[in-house]
Amino acid sequence: MSIIRYRTPELATWTPFDRLSPLRELLDSAYRLTGSAGSRVWSPALDVYEDADEVTVKVELAGMKKEDFELSLADGALTVSGKRELKEENRESFRSERFFGSFSRAVALPAPVKSDDVKASYEDGILTVVLQKADEAKPRKITVN
Amino acid sequence: MSQTETTTNRTTAAAHLEYVVPAVDIHHTPDGFTLEAEMPGVRKEGVEITYDDGKLTLTGHRAHPVQAGTAVYAESVGQAYRRVFDLDLSVDAGKIKATIDQGLLTVCLPKAESSKPRKIEVG
Repeated sequence: MSIIRYRTPELATWTPFDRLSPLRELLDSAYRLTGSAGSRVWSPALDVYEDADEVTVKVELAGMKKEDFELSLADGALTVSGKRELKEENRESFRSERFFGSFSRAVALPAPVKSDDVKASYEDGILTVVLQKADEAKPRKITVN
Repeated sequence: MSQTETTTNRTTAAAHLEYVVPAVDIHHTPDGFTLEAEMPGVRKEGVEITYDDGKLTLTGHRAHPVQAGTAVYAESVGQAYRRVFDLDLSVDAGKIKATIDQGLLTVCLPKAESSKPRKIEVG
């Protein structure tokens, strides 16, 4: 199953002559586009990268302040959550596509990490969290005697 | 103010650079409109705003910091952002101002003085 990211309906392509077996998947993604019970879920895009020593998680969130984020690490999963409030409640909106309110994304990390060595920075609208892998997770060379 | 989408047909995608459409909020202010476009990963140097014959084009090119490691899971699209708007005739194109902060591009579109509501006295 492929992961389908939320995209505005005008961009989402739908090929009507696909095999019937992915039909269920298409219906699910169409359902997700419109949201359940009319409410939209804010799910910012998240990437996970890994190299020999570190695991890096990036979340795309424009227009936030670094104080608005909360990160927690438990059971090998990183949870990023936060809140963005609409500054003026009564502004007269012409078009409204941005999400406001709270969001939360949790991701299972691909390797065990040291919970006391985590660095996070927020720049250009991207939150970057760098976690150091636990020693037992790093690749080690084993020499043959 | 209406909006023109520029979409690329999938079959000719190889010849064109596909853009991601950024989420945009537009609201009225006493002087005109304010537009907010979400373009995470874009810095001031990557923003291109052009106004041509009533069409406002917003383009954002992402800064590309070198990313160590291989991707385990990726949802971000990593492409440039672009959106085109047909501006309302009342907007004064010479006074459009834009700023970008943390990937949020804010464009102020003031209305021309002559378009603002006025009281008209009866002589």
